[in-house]
Amino acid sequence: MTSPTPAAIEFAAVAKRFAARGKAPAVLAVSNVSFAIAPGEVVSIIGPSGCGKSTLLNMGAGLDRPSAGSVRVAGEMVTGPNTRVAFMLQKDLLMPWRTISENIEFGLELRGVPVAQRRATSIRLLTQCHLDGFGTNYPHQLSGGMRQRAALARTLAVDPLVLLMDEPFSALDAQTKMILQQDLAQNVAAQNKTMLFITHDLAEAAALSDRILVMSERPGTITEEIVIDLPARNNPMARRKHPALGEYVTRLMELLRLDAHSEVH
Amino acid sequence: MSERLTTALWSAAVLAVFLLGWQFLPGLTGVPAFVLPNLTKTASEALRIWSNERLLWHSGITALEVVAEFVLGAWLGAVIGYALGFLPRVEAVLSPYLLALQIAPKVAFAPLFVMWLGYTVYPKILVAILIVFFPVLINVLSAMRTMDRDIINLARSFSATRWQIFTMVQYPTTLPALFSGLRIASTLAVIGVVVGELVGGNMGLGYLLVFFEGQGNTAGVFVVIGALTVIGIAAYYAVVLLENRVLHYLPSAAQRV
Repeated sequence: MTSPTPAAIEFAAVAKRFAARGKAPAVLAVSNVSFAIAPGEVVSIIGPSGCGKSTLLNMGAGLDRPSAGSVRVAGEMVTGPNTRVAFMLQKDLLMPWRTISENIEFGLELRGVPVAQRRATSIRLLTQCHLDGFGTNYPHQLSGGMRQRAALARTLAVDPLVLLMDEPFSALDAQTKMILQQDLAQNVAAQNKTMLFITHDLAEAAALSDRILVMSERPGTITEEIVIDLPARNNPMARRKHPALGEYVTRLMELLRLDAHSEVH
Repeated sequence: MSERLTTALWSAAVLAVFLLGWQFLPGLTGVPAFVLPNLTKTASEALRIWSNERLLWHSGITALEVVAEFVLGAWLGAVIGYALGFLPRVEAVLSPYLLALQIAPKVAFAPLFVMWLGYTVYPKILVAILIVFFPVLINVLSAMRTMDRDIINLARSFSATRWQIFTMVQYPTTLPALFSGLRIASTLAVIGVVVGELVGGNMGLGYLLVFFEGQGNTAGVFVVIGALTVIGIAAYYAVVLLENRVLHYLPSAAQRV
């Protein structure tokens, strides 16, 4: 990318090799992955199972180092966990001994933010993520959808530049999923966040993103880029009803070679 | 009638049948009292021991020992469990010896400790610490080993320090396992103390047990067994009570027995 401001997050010729461990042979998880996401942009990555999507996300979060190439966030090389990114997984990872408010404040507490300021942030996010009145509840008292909302609030609480999402809604039922996608899209648009979104759900990718990157099987690399030219990225519900959405899904199916003869690996 | 009440009534009925059987069966079947003293004889013996043999004092000694060794053994087990959880390499080196020590019958150490430390309270506490130590250690260690990597990565992604990860993630995550270790340890603690007292000394319920055995006082032995059970139950419920307070956030805590 040649924009004057640096990309929010940029992968340059990234490869990741996992060393052989016991009987498991060495694995080249991803190879030669290059892409950049501009500030405020939402990009989804889709690809077959085991193509190294989550590996990319770990490297983006600074939890894993690339074996080759580099990852930059806001122009700075990622060498370890940093305050500019926050991630969210399929598992909500809420801590059962913390109330919802305390869970939302987890990242702030780790970073030494004073209590009063933390409280103010969690109160704001409870409202923003439609969790009003649940602040003093414990996670087990909430439904899966509400728990995932709390996980989103925890991710937003640290005010990251880039959100890294690894199939955050894949464990939810279809309707809850659409509601949370709507929540997420509105939050991301309102705060002008940059997001890298990993999913298996093709319609989800098309409804939420500005662009979709398609990955190959292992060793994963990016084989295709699709620009989603649909209105209202902040309103995935409306996008789902858009007649052109089906065409994008069809295109993605073709790229992933999904047809009536596909096998489960 | 509610189901719980019915269950409670049936439980009470079982107790009543047991007590009635205890009272009348020895007489009906002609089993002599020195083999199986009946309920009233055992109860009157209990009253005699209470006033003449200082039952409460001996029970108090045993209870104190149980508490001391439980606290020390559990603390030691937890500390070493967390330390080894932190240092997987050290744990790998030590694990065969830990296994050997875990398998070795700890009660067999009792005579040895008595020879070393004499007929004092210390060898008893030492045996019991050895007994209490392992369930706590093993539970803590396996909980540390099976930690969800993702939750640690979450903390790491928020730039948590190693110490923060321990105090704010690992330690609270392992608490349920720690408590199930403590529950096992609380019952084992009583066994440990009794073994210590059986081996030597002149105080505690284990000593009374040997004393009544020498006298051929079967009823007295029954009374001591009863007293030991009471101490064991008290120790167990003390742990359960603490557990329900500490782990109040778990959905099952309210129903746990």
